[in-house]
Amino acid sequence: MKNVPAVLPRWIDVVLLPVLNVLMALGAAGLVVWAIGQNPFTAVQLLVQGAFGSALAWSYTLYYTTNFICTGLAVAVAFHCGHFNIGAEGQGTVGGLGVGLVLLAGDAWLPGWLLVPLALAGGLLSGAAWAFVPAWLQARRGSHIVITTIMFNFLASTLMVWLLVNVVKVPGNQAVESRLFAPGAVLPSAQAMFAALGIEWPDTPLNLAFAIALLACVGVWAMLWHTRLGYALRTVGLAAGAARYAGIDPRRLTVVALCISGALAALVGVNEIAGVHHKLLLDFVAGAGFTGIAVALMGRNHPVGIVLSALLFGALAQGGSELVFEMPAFTRDMSVAVQGFVVLFCGALALLLRPPVAWVYGRLAKGPAA
Amino acid sequence: MTDEGLIIASVLGATLRIAVPLVLCALAGVFSERAGVIDIGLEGKMLAAAFAAACLGAIGWPAWPAMAGAVAVSTLLALVHAWACITHRGDQIVSSVALNVIAAGLTVVLGLVWFHQGGRTPNIAEASRFTALFPGAAAAVQGWPVIGPLLAEGVLLHNVLVWATVALVPGAWWLLYRTRFGLRLRAVGENPAMVDAAGISVGALRYGAVLLAGVLCGAAGGYLTLAQNASFTPGMTAGRGFMALAAMVFGKWHPLRAAAACLLFGFLDAVAIRLQGVVLPGLGSVPVELIQALPYLLTVVLLAGFFGRAEAPRALGRAYVKER
Repeated sequence: MKNVPAVLPRWIDVVLLPVLNVLMALGAAGLVVWAIGQNPFTAVQLLVQGAFGSALAWSYTLYYTTNFICTGLAVAVAFHCGHFNIGAEGQGTVGGLGVGLVLLAGDAWLPGWLLVPLALAGGLLSGAAWAFVPAWLQARRGSHIVITTIMFNFLASTLMVWLLVNVVKVPGNQAVESRLFAPGAVLPSAQAMFAALGIEWPDTPLNLAFAIALLACVGVWAMLWHTRLGYALRTVGLAAGAARYAGIDPRRLTVVALCISGALAALVGVNEIAGVHHKLLLDFVAGAGFTGIAVALMGRNHPVGIVLSALLFGALAQGGSELVFEMPAFTRDMSVAVQGFVVLFCGALALLLRPPVAWVYGRLAKGPAA
Repeated sequence: MTDEGLIIASVLGATLRIAVPLVLCALAGVFSERAGVIDIGLEGKMLAAAFAAACLGAIGWPAWPAMAGAVAVSTLLALVHAWACITHRGDQIVSSVALNVIAAGLTVVLGLVWFHQGGRTPNIAEASRFTALFPGAAAAVQGWPVIGPLLAEGVLLHNVLVWATVALVPGAWWLLYRTRFGLRLRAVGENPAMVDAAGISVGALRYGAVLLAGVLCGAAGGYLTLAQNASFTPGMTAGRGFMALAAMVFGKWHPLRAAAACLLFGFLDAVAIRLQGVVLPGLGSVPVELIQALPYLLTVVLLAGFFGRAEAPRALGRAYVKER
C-alpha cells in the first residue's frame, strides 16, 4: 500500500496500540455483560467500588495483585528469553510445597526470623527446580517446552495430592491439608505490620509477600536491563543465532531464564502458604499461573506494565466477587473470560490494529508535510 | 461367570469409553499440527462444545441436533484460532491459550445466567442422549460364560459415538496418508513454501485443517455431555484436552499411534479408578496418583528422546509469510 509508513513512532507502538488492544478486550467483555442482560457501565462502576471503595477492598485487591505480579513476572522473564512458560501454575504449586515443607520441618525448633527466610529460599529453589527439568530438556534434548511445562503442571498437582493425602495430612482429619504452622513461623500480615506502625488496617489476606513481589519487580527490571545476564537473556530471545555468534550459549541462558521464571512463580506459593493459609493445602495457585500469561502480555513484559495489569486483574478478582452480591446474575468467572479476551487481543491479535492505525497515521502525518 | 471376568470386561469397556474424547481430540490435534498450526486449545474447544451440547439437550433438543450445535460452537472457536494465527499471523500458542481461558470463563458465566444452578446445566433427558446401542442383547449375553460380560461391556453396551470414533481412526489415517488433501496438509506443515510454489493456497489448507480440528473437538465435547455424563459441570473436561495433546505427541503426530496412546491413557485411567482404595497384599495401597501421572510422565520421557524420538512437523508454530 502506498503512503502507509512501515515504521511508526514509538508512542504508537508502546502506548496507543496496547491501549487500543486492552480496550478491544474490555469491549468484548462488555458485550458479554450486555448479552447476559446487565448494564456494562453499572457493572464497571460496582466493580471499581468493590475493588477500591474501602481500605478492606484495597487490601483484598492488592492480595490478589500479589499473585498476578509474581506469575506475570515469571511469564515475562521466559518471554524475554524467547520461551513460553505455561508452567507457572505447577511451579507455583511446587514452590508452595517447598515453603510448606520447610515450615513444617522447622517451626518446632527454629526461630521465626531464621525459619521464614529459609522457607522463602526453599520455596524459590523448589519452583526453580520444577522449571529446571523442562528447561534442561528443551535446551539439551530439544523437547518442546510448552508441552513439557503443561505436563509438569499436571505432575505437580498429582504430586501435591499424593503428598498431602499420604504424607502431610493430619491423621484422622477429613480435610486434605497439613497442620497449621506455628504462629511465629509465617509472613506477617498487613494488619500486623500496620498495627506496629500504629495504623489501623482491616484483617485481610494481604501480607508481606506483596512487598516481596514489588521487590521482585525491581529486581527483574534491574536484572533484565542493567546486568550482563539480562542482556544475554534478551539477546537470546531476540536472535538466538546472533547470541551464539557473540559467544552467548542460548542453551545455558534458556535454563537460567526458566529457573528464574520458576522461582518467580514460586512466590505465589510463598504468598499463599506462608502468608495467607499458614498450612499446606490443594489448589492454592487457583489459576494465577494462567492469569500470569494475560498479565505479561498486557504489561508488554515490562515490570511497570506488569504491576499495572496485575492490579487490573486483582481488581477484577476482588471487584468481581463483590459484584456477585449486587448483580446475582454475575459470577467471578467473568474475570476469567476477561483474561481470555485480554490474551486474545493483547497477545494473539496484538497486530490486528497496526495496519489501520498506520494508515490513519500516514494520512494525518502527510497532511502538514505535503 | 467369574468376578475376574467381570472386572476385566468392565475395565476394558471403561477404557474405550474414557478413550473416546481423548481419541477425538488427539485426532483434532494431529490434523491441526500436521498442517503446522499448534493447537493447545483442544481443551477449551471441547469444554465449549460440551457446554453447548448440554444447553441444547437441557432445553429438549434431540441428541443429534444437540451434537451439531456442539460441533458448530467448537468450530466457531477454531475459526477464531485460524483467523488470529493464519490471517493475522498471531502467536499460535497464545491464541489457543486465549481460547482455553475464554471457554473456561464464558461457559460458567452463561451457564449461571441461563440455568441458575451455579454454572451447571440441568440433567439432560434420556431421549436427548446417546445411550447403549443394544441393551437388550447385552442383557441376553451377560450370562454367557467368559465372553458374555466381555461382549456386553465391551461391545453391546457402547453408544453409537464410541463406534463412530473407532471407525474414525482408520478414516483419519486414510485421509492423511491416502488422499491428495492429506498429502498437501502434511506438506504444508513441513514446508509451506513448497506448497505455495506448487500453486496451492497455504492459508486455505491450514484453515481447513484447523476447522477440521474444531469439528472433532466439538464431537468430543458433545460426547462428554450427551453420552458420558448427563449434564455440564464447570471445568468438566478436567485436562482431557491436554491429555489428548500428550497422546498426540506420544503418538508422534500419527493418527493410529495417537489413538493407541489414547487407549493406553484411557486404560491407565480406568485401572486407576478401579484400584482406588484397593490394598494389595504385600504392596500396601496402590499409589493411584502414580498411575494417573503416568501419561504425563511417559510423554515427557518420550519428548526427552530417551525412547524413540518424537519429531514435530517442521513448520509447526510458524506463520507462513509469502514475501521474504
